[in-house]
Amino acid sequence: MARRTGRREDQRAERTLGALAVGLLALIGVMVVIVFVNAWPSFRSNGLSWFGPGGNVDTQLRAMQESTPLPGHSIEYFRGWPLLWGTLLTTVLAVVLALIVSTLAAIFLTEFAPERVRRALEPVIRLLAGVPSVVYGLIGILALAPLINQHLISNARKQSVAYVVQLNGADLTTATLILAVMITPIMVALIAGALGSVPEPWREGSVALGVNRWRTIVRVSLRTARPAIVAATVLATARALGEAIMLSMVSGGRGFAANPLDGLTFLFEPVRPLAATIVQQSDGLTIAPLAHTIYAMAAVLLVSAALLSLAGWAAKQPLRRYGIRA
Amino acid sequence: MSETATVATAPPVAVRPPRQSTAAWPLADRVGYWLCWTTGIALCLIAVAIVVFMLVKGVAYLRPALFVEHPAASLQQSQSGGFLDPIEGTLIITAIGTLIAAPAGVALAVWISEYGRPTALARAVESAIDVIAGVPSVVLAIFGLLVFSEGFLGFLSQNAANGAVYGRSFFAAGIVMALLALPLIVGSTREALAQVPDRVREASYALGKSRASTIRWVLLPSIRPDIASGIALGMGRIIGDTAIITILLGVTLTTQGVGSTPLLGTLRGTGSTLTSYVYNNSPAGEGNAPQKAYAAAFVLLMLVLALNALVTRLTAGRRSDRASIGGRLRAIGGSLPWTR
Amino acid sequence: MPPPIRRIAIDREPTVAPERPIANGLAQAPVTEAVARRRSERPDPATVRERMRVDAVWLAYGENWVVRDVTLPVRQGEVLAMIGASGSGKTTLLRSLNRLTEVTAGGSRAGRITLDGEEIHELEVNDLRRRVSMVFQQPNPFPMSIYDNVAYALAEQRPPRGRRRRRTPQLEAAAEDALRRAGLWDEVAGDLDRSALRLSGGQQQRLCIARALAVKPEVLLMDEPTSALDPLSTLKIEELMEHLAVDFTVVIVTHNLQQAARVSEYTAFMLGDERQVGGLVEFGPTDKIFTHPVDPRTEDYISGRMG
Repeated sequence: MARRTGRREDQRAERTLGALAVGLLALIGVMVVIVFVNAWPSFRSNGLSWFGPGGNVDTQLRAMQESTPLPGHSIEYFRGWPLLWGTLLTTVLAVVLALIVSTLAAIFLTEFAPERVRRALEPVIRLLAGVPSVVYGLIGILALAPLINQHLISNARKQSVAYVVQLNGADLTTATLILAVMITPIMVALIAGALGSVPEPWREGSVALGVNRWRTIVRVSLRTARPAIVAATVLATARALGEAIMLSMVSGGRGFAANPLDGLTFLFEPVRPLAATIVQQSDGLTIAPLAHTIYAMAAVLLVSAALLSLAGWAAKQPLRRYGIRA
Repeated sequence: MSETATVATAPPVAVRPPRQSTAAWPLADRVGYWLCWTTGIALCLIAVAIVVFMLVKGVAYLRPALFVEHPAASLQQSQSGGFLDPIEGTLIITAIGTLIAAPAGVALAVWISEYGRPTALARAVESAIDVIAGVPSVVLAIFGLLVFSEGFLGFLSQNAANGAVYGRSFFAAGIVMALLALPLIVGSTREALAQVPDRVREASYALGKSRASTIRWVLLPSIRPDIASGIALGMGRIIGDTAIITILLGVTLTTQGVGSTPLLGTLRGTGSTLTSYVYNNSPAGEGNAPQKAYAAAFVLLMLVLALNALVTRLTAGRRSDRASIGGRLRAIGGSLPWTR
Repeated sequence: MPPPIRRIAIDREPTVAPERPIANGLAQAPVTEAVARRRSERPDPATVRERMRVDAVWLAYGENWVVRDVTLPVRQGEVLAMIGASGSGKTTLLRSLNRLTEVTAGGSRAGRITLDGEEIHELEVNDLRRRVSMVFQQPNPFPMSIYDNVAYALAEQRPPRGRRRRRTPQLEAAAEDALRRAGLWDEVAGDLDRSALRLSGGQQQRLCIARALAVKPEVLLMDEPTSALDPLSTLKIEELMEHLAVDFTVVIVTHNLQQAARVSEYTAFMLGDERQVGGLVEFGPTDKIFTHPVDPRTEDYISGRMG
């Protein structure tokens, strides 16, 4: 008797929960579809040149907002290269910087640091990993940017580009630094966790063969921790890609393509990544051409996130045959 | 010939072996060693500097009055009131988001882990959750805006002047926030369920209990701390997000209700949260009241600290040595895309 | 059809030890021809060079003494077996020979341990460990290919000029030589890039032996190398040890008295437990220890009355 009602109860439960799961799937599916459907008009009007350079992004966006097309172009005219370049720059630079710093710091924490330092640092890192991005943005705009402005950007430099853009400390460097600081704690925690889980027999075996500690770390520990390093990098890149608020505070707010040919000034030019642009333009979602453009940006972000996920999965495959599992 | 040991005398003084020096290492290895030390120390210093900086600024500008005053629009910092409404806003949003995400997250995790048929569907749902975890919150926000601006969802927000649905309200923001917290809750619950040994389930089935009863009466109670910690992590993520608030809460300084129904009116209305308050008061927003921004940021920091401490306490006895990457991620408050 | 049996390339028939309880005494423990020949041809002990010497050594971890006043010679070209019950300190003593006790926090030592006359604390520690190599109880191959495992320590040594290279003709030759010595070459020669973790337990342990041999050490330390293996693999490795003793000096810690009787020339019996710090009870030629032990405690242990 209990059996039968039990089974019915089970079926009911499974059906309800299954419906929930299908609902979630549908929701995500709808989201992806809606984003792409709404993005399509912008891509269709501009073709592949959507991704290319051509004029000032801010002017184009404002034209759409005011419903006055730029002379000689349609209302949907948009060339997103400065935003893409800004996203690429900040993300890649910040992730590379954070990866190097995090790996070195994680090695320090697990192998060389005295026990007290390690125990004291762990809660601090966990706290920093949880700090909201708007707080980092605050520190960036109120503390770091003025510092850079006063000490690193000379007046002469400002003059040299004054006809194009204003240098005021909210720029590529500040954005990259704060972004790196933001993603480092999580990477350190992940990598340190993996380094600490390297089986002791492997480390002992290496040391017993006369290989010094550093080389043991490089050849055994880091290799074993590689899946974690990959996962940490992918996670950090995803966070950097999607970071909208903090970057909109410190990166300069101008849709300007920082020019590496400018030499050192390149580091101090403002940029504005995609996500930050979406946030700043979010009021314009009622205006059709602007909405299409914004959704196009969102579509680019979605596709990047998917590619990132794929890349992360692919990077972990070669090590599986040697017995290193994530 | 055989020798036997001499009778032991009193133990001598033992010598600690010399500290392993790196003097004999090749140059490249020594460089690596010192790089690690410098980076590690630098990281410590920067981390401490950030925390101390925020503490100092916060304590300097935080006054108890701020907690009870409504914010007012004013160019002078001394006149612009406190952040009572933002605190209200944070609490409301977190409550809505958690109330939706917690049951949904646990239910999804249970389905994936205990039922999960057909397999293709389970895989698809897992991927969907990974997608949510990886999507930037701005994209979720604009998607939400589109959805909530549709006519039939107009009851969740107010109507703008020309009859179009405004689409921005506490409801809207809270519901989308639930999506943010969902992966964390699902992940925590799934990991906890995976750690429950199969014999517990088998024992329950052997007693004639159905799967549903087992889940309800045996499994879920045993993983309560993990579910709680997952919820705490989700709350942390909700509290910290600004993009969704900026786009979906129709940022007004004070909580503006709609209509006269007591609770519903507020939830349909707009307001602000601590995060949007900080954003607006910073040079990037309109307020330009850095002192207030610091004070509010300090409060945010304290909230995060409290949640972290809660999570630590909840997971204290349950840390396993073979923690997976996903588990470690959650332990430090992150989300979990691409952990497989 | 059962799979073909692969033989290790030796020119003698391996002798399988008959089942015999220890309590019957080991006076009749069978030895192979090679060991018997070696023992009968043993040169005058006085002329054999001492490779290492343990001199009145006390070992401690933190506040607790673990090994008390041990004096032992380790002679060139011979196998020294250390037997004794768990907790007698023999593993700790073994690990102190290549300063592995330092890796654990709080390890300290009194007394002298010398290698070729030099106090090992004064040698550079990695240099010491290349000269005194170790095989552990649990096989611990690295998560790399077979080749990378064997060539691991060799690849770390830099040539006088230039960068480290992973695969050079010299390294490959050295790896092959080591694998042959360990009796593993025939089984893995086909695919050296296979993951080492896919080998069986016995093969993994032989891989670890090959890895330890690749650096051409002077002394080979073995910490219960066969206790985690099945009897067939154990046998293969014991046969290996006879050949190893020709070129290397071997110190082996073992629980298995038959193994000690079979493969070693000298035996040291250590005794210790929670109440008593581990110490050396008796040391001498193996056949003497197993037939006419001097100390009654040795006799008790060997005949199985305790331990």
